[in-house]
Amino acid sequence: MSQATAVHGEKISLLRVLGPAHVWALGVGIVLVGEYMGWNFAVGKGGAIAALIACWAAGLLYTCVAMIDSEVTSTVAAAGGQYAQSKHIIGPLMAFNVGLYLVFAYTMLEAANAITLGYLVQTVGQMAGFAEAHDKPFIVLTIMFLAWLNYRGVYATLTVNLVLTAIAFIAVVVLFLGVKPWSTELLHHKEILNGLPYGWIGVLASLHFGLWYYLGIEGTCQAAEEVRSPARSLPLGTMTGIMTLLIAATMTWYLCSGLMPWEYLGQATTPLFDAARLTSSTPLMVLLFIGTMFSTLASANGCINDASRAWFSMGRDRYLPTWFGAVHPKNRTPFRSIVFLVPVALIFAYFAPLDQVITFSILSGLLEYTYMSIQVIFFRQKWPLDTIKRGYVHPFHPLPALVLLAICSTTYFAVFLGYGTQLVAMMVFFIVASLWFHFHRYKYVRRGDQFTMNWPRPVGY
Amino acid sequence: MNNWQILEYAAWALSFALGLYMLIDMVMTNHKYSEDLLTSSREGDIDDALVIDPPHQGGHL
Repeated sequence: MSQATAVHGEKISLLRVLGPAHVWALGVGIVLVGEYMGWNFAVGKGGAIAALIACWAAGLLYTCVAMIDSEVTSTVAAAGGQYAQSKHIIGPLMAFNVGLYLVFAYTMLEAANAITLGYLVQTVGQMAGFAEAHDKPFIVLTIMFLAWLNYRGVYATLTVNLVLTAIAFIAVVVLFLGVKPWSTELLHHKEILNGLPYGWIGVLASLHFGLWYYLGIEGTCQAAEEVRSPARSLPLGTMTGIMTLLIAATMTWYLCSGLMPWEYLGQATTPLFDAARLTSSTPLMVLLFIGTMFSTLASANGCINDASRAWFSMGRDRYLPTWFGAVHPKNRTPFRSIVFLVPVALIFAYFAPLDQVITFSILSGLLEYTYMSIQVIFFRQKWPLDTIKRGYVHPFHPLPALVLLAICSTTYFAVFLGYGTQLVAMMVFFIVASLWFHFHRYKYVRRGDQFTMNWPRPVGY
Repeated sequence: MNNWQILEYAAWALSFALGLYMLIDMVMTNHKYSEDLLTSSREGDIDDALVIDPPHQGGHL
């Protein structure tokens, strides 16, 4: 599709070219790498059964996130996603914090993906006999190439994501069928599963990495200003996305836990690829290697897209310097935000250890979900169902919000068990950033201009 | 220099070229267009209204 310049009078906006499939590719693309690697550290925390409980508890958390997100974002159809939602529903200080959570979560995740991709290429080099192979050139190339793709246009970027994600998902399904789940020829659950080796505290601890199965699905709503029909595409893409992930997560757990003992699975770097190796099928090994590479690329690609939209939106509202709120006249992308975040991602990818990067990403996401549960209760109170149009209405309100809040609270404790220092450090960072915003930055914000939704006065105001 | 080292140098070179492309294009765009135009995007500038079809898509008025 052409992305020719389209300047309307004296205004430039992001390009509206995306459909529901792109939204699906953005959400699932960011997350699917979590099935290929990372989720299995939950097995190390509490055993395979604990990882399954964590998979479903986190699945419940993210189903609530997807439902709440679908309703709110079908109404607040603006780039920035949850940042824009919180600005309209709660207020500027919360919005500033949520914007930072988003940028941190996605930039850290991008860095983690680049590290992983570099490691995979390095491993290929070493397997090919080049013992001195380095990962750094490929880490940098991943970030630069995907930033360039994002810089050039959103349609090509997310079409690439659609192809990469579809192949990575099909690879999981093919492997699942390849291990013959209807027989015990390859899968040995009865012999391998050993209950809960660390009891229920192990289940609690495994929740931390249980999030990895789905972390990032909420990123779909960053595309709100670039989809042709936000009220239809965003709920459709998000809900089909979470359904895809629930299926992929359960299949992944089932086949890996039947092939590998928990002592190995809990520390494996690439569990799905290892599962393919255990089938002794060369086509499956090749397919899963391609799936691992593609899922990592798709995730980094989607993260650049989402982080730059959040940063751009904050610049546009003057929460950050307005320089960041620029749109490229030809490519119609937030080009300055994309370029600015490249060195940030490079620094994290080059210098930070992978587990720290992942933990900061998870923590940022967790803070964001906690806010979402509170926000949707305010949203329904201030603007009841009959007052503004919604493209989707999530059922059983306020039950999903309360369930989300309860699981988030439990997961904070789980993170505290393993990474208490990082949790405290992150909280301190956000408190300092909030003080800076309140006492310094907010005076530059044009208070009336930031509220753009044509909504009626909220109930009670 | 073995083949893998050549591949690594190629990765560095390509990264540098892509970075340079973005930087040059950004500088040229900044000079070619006014700042007012580049930052003219506004949240909620939606050309087409939200497409909501209650009977088919679960929408509510």
